[in-house]
Amino acid sequence: MSERITHVARRVLTSALVVAALWGLWEGYKWLWQTAGWTWPFAVDDTTMPHLHDVVAAFWQPTTTGGPPLIHSLLHATWFTGKEALAGFLLGGAIGFLLAVALSQSRLLERGILPYIVASQTVPILAIAPMVVVGLGSKGVQGWKAVAILAAYLTFFPVVINTLRGLHSVDPRAVELMHSYAAKRWRVLWQLRVPASVPYIFTALKISATASVIGAIIGEAPASIQNGLGGAIVNFNQYYSLEPTFLWATNVVCAALGIVFFLAVLAAERLVLRGAPENVA
Amino acid sequence: MTGPANVVEIAGVGKSFRGGVTALEGIDVDIRAGEFVSLIGPSGCGKSTLLRIIGDLIQPSSGSVIVNGKSAHRARLDHDYGIVFQDSVLYDWRTVARNVALPLEMLGWDRARRRARVAEMLELVELTGFESSRPWQLSGGMQQRVSIARALSFDPALLLMDEPFGALDEMTRERLNMELLRIWEKAGSTVVFVTHSIPEAVFLSTRVVVMSARPGRVAGIVDVDLKQPRTADTREDPRFFELITAVRETLSAGHVAEPTRAAAVEERF
Repeated sequence: MSERITHVARRVLTSALVVAALWGLWEGYKWLWQTAGWTWPFAVDDTTMPHLHDVVAAFWQPTTTGGPPLIHSLLHATWFTGKEALAGFLLGGAIGFLLAVALSQSRLLERGILPYIVASQTVPILAIAPMVVVGLGSKGVQGWKAVAILAAYLTFFPVVINTLRGLHSVDPRAVELMHSYAAKRWRVLWQLRVPASVPYIFTALKISATASVIGAIIGEAPASIQNGLGGAIVNFNQYYSLEPTFLWATNVVCAALGIVFFLAVLAAERLVLRGAPENVA
Repeated sequence: MTGPANVVEIAGVGKSFRGGVTALEGIDVDIRAGEFVSLIGPSGCGKSTLLRIIGDLIQPSSGSVIVNGKSAHRARLDHDYGIVFQDSVLYDWRTVARNVALPLEMLGWDRARRRARVAEMLELVELTGFESSRPWQLSGGMQQRVSIARALSFDPALLLMDEPFGALDEMTRERLNMELLRIWEKAGSTVVFVTHSIPEAVFLSTRVVVMSARPGRVAGIVDVDLKQPRTADTREDPRFFELITAVRETLSAGHVAEPTRAAAVEERF
């Protein structure tokens, strides 16, 4: 037990050291460029590189005179965007998984459909956003649901590709073994191919976790949603020259949300694959 | 014909692959109930292909295979086969007990019956106490014993083994040979065993089917009349060495590029 505490303490210490080092780098760079008066690659001042303690302090400053502090509105925005991202992540993950299972059933289907799935990712999300938002809006679907669908659009792709790979990764003798038991196709799928692809699926979900957050943030702008983190970014962008720390603080929160999503998937992976060789140490 | 009935009847089986490679040609072998038959031959003689044809995992191009008086296909659907490969092919995400229970789940056995049978099988392969271990926590020899327990768990009429001990070290291999014979006697199953080790084939088998390559044919069948049960002393028996020579000579005779008989005898020592 005490070994575990030492282990945790060491990790906390390491993280703290990394944060301190990054902090030092930022402030050191700012100080050096400002004292030397260097302007390459860009002029350094409190607008381009605000002090990090100012960014932290910004969380407690009101965004409007007499209004609530920034952290208050950012937490609301995080909750809102987190909801969109989570819905998009779950939707995209489910669609990606089901698509992969369907495609794995026929080489012909896979060869026919997969190029279009790849092509779908070359279309920028900003290009399809208005269609989704306006199209669904005309059906009376709420804006945040449209954004969730945009997030799903970014999420499903890694899941399809990795799950397909996992489903095909199975040892051919394991398939022969199932055939020797006269196992039906769906049994081979659910008792062999799907369990064998679980590590691949988690790799995909780790990529998708952060992609869904990014998708939700980006999707808010074309959907004209103000209450999310995307709305906050657009808003603080306009006042950047006056209050640069507000945008930086928002960026920190966006990053934190992505990290939380990633860690949640990591925790789920540890839980599900706790019996697998690479997770025992 | 006297004695037990044939479990396997292979008649005129041939197999050509696309591109015109003939893997097998004119194979005729009958295997009686309770026999332990080894298929031996140089690589490329189609011994593994023949095993897969018996197990209905691939289809012959010509000829027929009858298992327990029905087609190989029917026999597979009736769960007449237990298969052991060179690698144990255990599922990493299942415990040892659940790996052994895999075929029983396919057969729709209920939980209590599965549990009882798994305990029985693990006792048979001397792995009691490893029920909840994961496959990768076991040594290669232990993994292969789990794979044998899995293959025998549903009492298949025929155990098909494709170089099951080929990947193991010599000492583990000899110990597992003894264990396999003990299991075979106890379970009373019929075994078809593919190997490229002549001593292993002779030590284990009641008959050795010697095959030649390109195309794969039966070069000869050697009856192994060593007394049962086989023990460590069997390997010292002069008859054991005579039979090894007999198999080796049949193998040589089957070769196109013909090594002399003298060379074959010399190789013995």
